[in-house]
Amino acid sequence: MLGPVDYLVWFAGPAAQAAVVVCLLRKREFLRYISLSIYVLGTTLVTTIDFFLLRRFGVQSLEYTYFYYYSESLLTILLFLVIMQFYEQVFAELRAAIYIRRSAVALLVATAAFSYLVVHANKDHLTSRFVVALGQNLYFIGVVLTYILWGAVLKLRETRTRLIQLVLALGVYFSATAAAYSLRNLFPGLQGSFLHWIPPLAGLWLPLAWAFTFVKVPETARLATAQLMARAR
Amino acid sequence: MIVAILICLMSLALMLQFFVSYCRSVIAASRTLELSEQVREIANLREPTLRGDEFLRLVQLLRLCPGRGEDGGDLRAVGAYYAMLHGLRAVFQPLAPAIARWAEKERENCSHFAALALDRRIMYSRELLSQQMSAPV
Repeated sequence: MLGPVDYLVWFAGPAAQAAVVVCLLRKREFLRYISLSIYVLGTTLVTTIDFFLLRRFGVQSLEYTYFYYYSESLLTILLFLVIMQFYEQVFAELRAAIYIRRSAVALLVATAAFSYLVVHANKDHLTSRFVVALGQNLYFIGVVLTYILWGAVLKLRETRTRLIQLVLALGVYFSATAAAYSLRNLFPGLQGSFLHWIPPLAGLWLPLAWAFTFVKVPETARLATAQLMARAR
Repeated sequence: MIVAILICLMSLALMLQFFVSYCRSVIAASRTLELSEQVREIANLREPTLRGDEFLRLVQLLRLCPGRGEDGGDLRAVGAYYAMLHGLRAVFQPLAPAIARWAEKERENCSHFAALALDRRIMYSRELLSQQMSAPV
């Protein structure tokens, strides 16, 4: 049974996602951030369907559980496309777009093939434990991709504040969710306590941080990445 | 099992790094901006550089001052960053003074960020007041 706080977090997510889309439309940057826009709209759609399935079948039902976890895996793959768009922006001056697109297609095919093989091997026992392990692996691929991108941002001395904040917010989201899934994989009993809050809160963090960036940080804002490295002197 | 432990440890370490860098990027833009005389007077800020422990008092003042509601998210993120720095400073003060000094410097930046947010809200309140004063009765 979900409580009022669960519903609050649930409805705050689409509100924040709508804020991102409205910001992009108002600033006429919807097409510039097309992958991000598609991801945000996809998340809103999935949250709406989630809600109807929950109302119709209940939180413990197979219908709700399967839709929740597998739509989440698909959204994670959509988020990989967002990362690829950020890669394209970071490497724009090097004219590496064609290589990045090829890598993105290869990554998608590899992820799909890996997921198919794992599902095929486990088709007789598609348990919640398997779903958790799959989520953990997908999110960890996201962490690694974002970390490589962050390394490139630092190495190439990227100064676009907006891009830097979008990438960092994504890094926080992926790493928090991957940590939550791996903890759940290690200690399934913790799911009933604080762990079940982390994915929805991380899901709320991402559109909020992105909306903040689009509202507050103009495309022309610049920032020296050296200022962001935490060093004790 | 080992894979899950490795993923967990690496994710937690990277989350910390991403979060610290994110907060520093939010604060960095405010570091170059000067505080106005009116915010110094209202918040009783006499020193040219703000102290780290003034952050909480400035946040309390912020709660009293109406705003456009657009800085709530970043204030919460910086508040969480401040709490983390507070713990870090307390733990490393006797063990590694260099890390404690860095944490204190960051806390000062958090205070400066909060003071600038207060400055914006005071300006907004004054604008509202002047609009009400000039509106026909």
